[in-house]
Amino acid sequence: MYQYTEFDKAFVRARAAEHRDQLERWQAGQLTDDQFRPLRLQNGWYVQRYAPMLRVAVPYGEINAAQIKVLAKIAREYDTPDAALLAEAQATQDKIAGLAPKLTTNYGHFTTRQNVQFNWIPLDKSADVMELLSTVNMHGIQTSGNCIRNTTTDELAGVAVDEVVDPRPYAELIRQWSTLHPEFAHLPRKFKIAITGATEDRAAIGWHDVGLQVIQNAAGEVGFKVLVGGGMGRTPVNGVVIREFLPWQDIMNYLEAVVRVYNRWGRRDNKYKARIKILVKAEGQRYFDEVETEFRQILEHDGAPHTLPQAELDRVKAGFVDPALNLPENTDEWLAQAEAALSIEAAKTPAFARWLTRNVRPHRNPQLRAVSLSFKRPGYAPGDATAEQLDAAAALVEKYSAGEARVSHTQNLLLPWVRLDQLHALWLEAKTLGVAQPNIGLLTDMIACPGGDYCALANARSIPTASAITERYQDLDELEDLGHIDFHISGCINSCGHHHSGHIGILGVDKDGKEWYQVTLGGSDGKDLSGAATPGKVVGPSFSSFEVPDVIEAILDTYKQLRVSTGNGKQEAFIETLRRVGHDPFKAAANAARHPAEEQTA
Amino acid sequence: MKIISTQEHQAASKNGVLELANDVDPRTLDLSGVTRIDLQFPAFTDGRAYSQAFLLRRRLDFAGELRATGDVLIDQLVQMKRTGFDVAVLKDGVDASAAQRQLDRYAGFYQGSAVETQPHFAKAAS
Repeated sequence: MYQYTEFDKAFVRARAAEHRDQLERWQAGQLTDDQFRPLRLQNGWYVQRYAPMLRVAVPYGEINAAQIKVLAKIAREYDTPDAALLAEAQATQDKIAGLAPKLTTNYGHFTTRQNVQFNWIPLDKSADVMELLSTVNMHGIQTSGNCIRNTTTDELAGVAVDEVVDPRPYAELIRQWSTLHPEFAHLPRKFKIAITGATEDRAAIGWHDVGLQVIQNAAGEVGFKVLVGGGMGRTPVNGVVIREFLPWQDIMNYLEAVVRVYNRWGRRDNKYKARIKILVKAEGQRYFDEVETEFRQILEHDGAPHTLPQAELDRVKAGFVDPALNLPENTDEWLAQAEAALSIEAAKTPAFARWLTRNVRPHRNPQLRAVSLSFKRPGYAPGDATAEQLDAAAALVEKYSAGEARVSHTQNLLLPWVRLDQLHALWLEAKTLGVAQPNIGLLTDMIACPGGDYCALANARSIPTASAITERYQDLDELEDLGHIDFHISGCINSCGHHHSGHIGILGVDKDGKEWYQVTLGGSDGKDLSGAATPGKVVGPSFSSFEVPDVIEAILDTYKQLRVSTGNGKQEAFIETLRRVGHDPFKAAANAARHPAEEQTA
Repeated sequence: MKIISTQEHQAASKNGVLELANDVDPRTLDLSGVTRIDLQFPAFTDGRAYSQAFLLRRRLDFAGELRATGDVLIDQLVQMKRTGFDVAVLKDGVDASAAQRQLDRYAGFYQGSAVETQPHFAKAAS
């Protein structure tokens, strides 16, 4: 993990002090609400449905045990509204027709962009929280606002077996370049960069304003394939290739050109048309040409000051060497023994066998594995972790993963450095903690935004839908039988729950003050199983919250009827069947699952 | 960076002054005889003038004064200074007393700017 220098640490502390200064001026009436809002947003402070929300940056998802412990402390000591506010919020939620889950406090929430959110911290405590975060080099810089956001990456970065180049040093360099960039603090709209260095895209790069794939050319030189103009929201668009190969040294110069041209031409008259995707779609080649011209000017006229020297790349790379693991000598004998011991345990305990299959993934070091702790379980919103669970997770990270973890795009925690001979011990502890559900990649490993329980933008709630599906599909054999399904839920068109990229997507919409849900099928985030990034297609008019679980069941039953064997006792995955037979039978089944009108308001 | 009031701004001579809307590409202009360019922030959240300032300083080597006008607040002064502005006309009613500590707050920044063209990594290495 990147080691913060004195400069980096002082910078984060200065940012916390700046936030306190701004907060105090706002409290003293020297900053109006409208003046303070964009400032606090760029430190991660929203004001949501009932209370402020803090989004803490976890750059490219990499986090250490000490940082998780501080998040636990924040959850425990600060994520508490006063009793009257909580009671009022609950009473308001209870008025919504349908299930009204109890609002919870004192927890952190893992987000789809690898950050961590809190939902109840009073704004007047925000400066204390930022100072506390700064003690472990954390902050909320540019986690919101119309600026360059946290760069995201593959949760397996640095350990994946299919990795060509470790993207993390580049992600860190982009973090530094984009942090408080003076020219790009007030762009037309938010700007998100994702980067992968593997052959399989696990970072959804086609869905980002800029997507980067680190590659090697025929000469073995490292560079980037650069995509631009992807994004979700009201108009889902996938990025297009603007550069097939950009030498790594030029990445900042090139990003500067991409963002400068966007800053100039991006629309500011309509926030739904302000993302770079709209500009790229409207201007196409003209945008590309202008970026290339600007890039040449940066190189030729400005002297390309941000060209990366090898020494700087090496300095940053040094932070990403493998942690000290005190591994025994890597011999065939050791591996065979460790694998045999695992097989014995797996044969004894089917639940452990399931977990090995689902939650444990290969590592480029054959002595190690990458393990996902699943934060998808009944009784909790997807990605939620209480203060106690965060503390316990930190202890597991320390004990089993050299003190390092990743917040995954799918709202789980990944331990990237687990020894083969410690998997069973880790499983036992994870089970006690309630984060050993063997459901990674399955239906119940769903992505969901906080939705209308917390978010001021939401048109409908996500969490009750998520929990209804979680409860209906608790049979592990049934879940395994359904196989890999990307199930994504967003409470509004802002698409924080990435419904566009789900094999099955749910979008909350508001009609006549009631919650309705659009169902989409066939979306892809770009992973191998799902194919090239693409948005799903709507199955028909929206469904009531009461209908959604039945609609999902009807779609899944249709899959079970139509799927074919692919040999070796394996079945076609849901997305493969959908692609092969087309949407019509699924649409028909979904629409047939509608309830008679009188039941919809029951 | 110099901070002035609207009164001072209005009282100053307009000779050699070019007022530039924020959707104009400065590279299309004839800047001969221009000694000061007033760039506009119609809202402080509209950041186009930062890119204009950068281009004027770095690309066009404009050596005259760059003045920030419009919705100019103290929390954007650092960005203005770094993109090449030398004078900011503070919006009416904004208390300037908190300005200097914002300008002094950070010991350094990561990326190069219009003023300090070298990024932190280049300075740290030298």
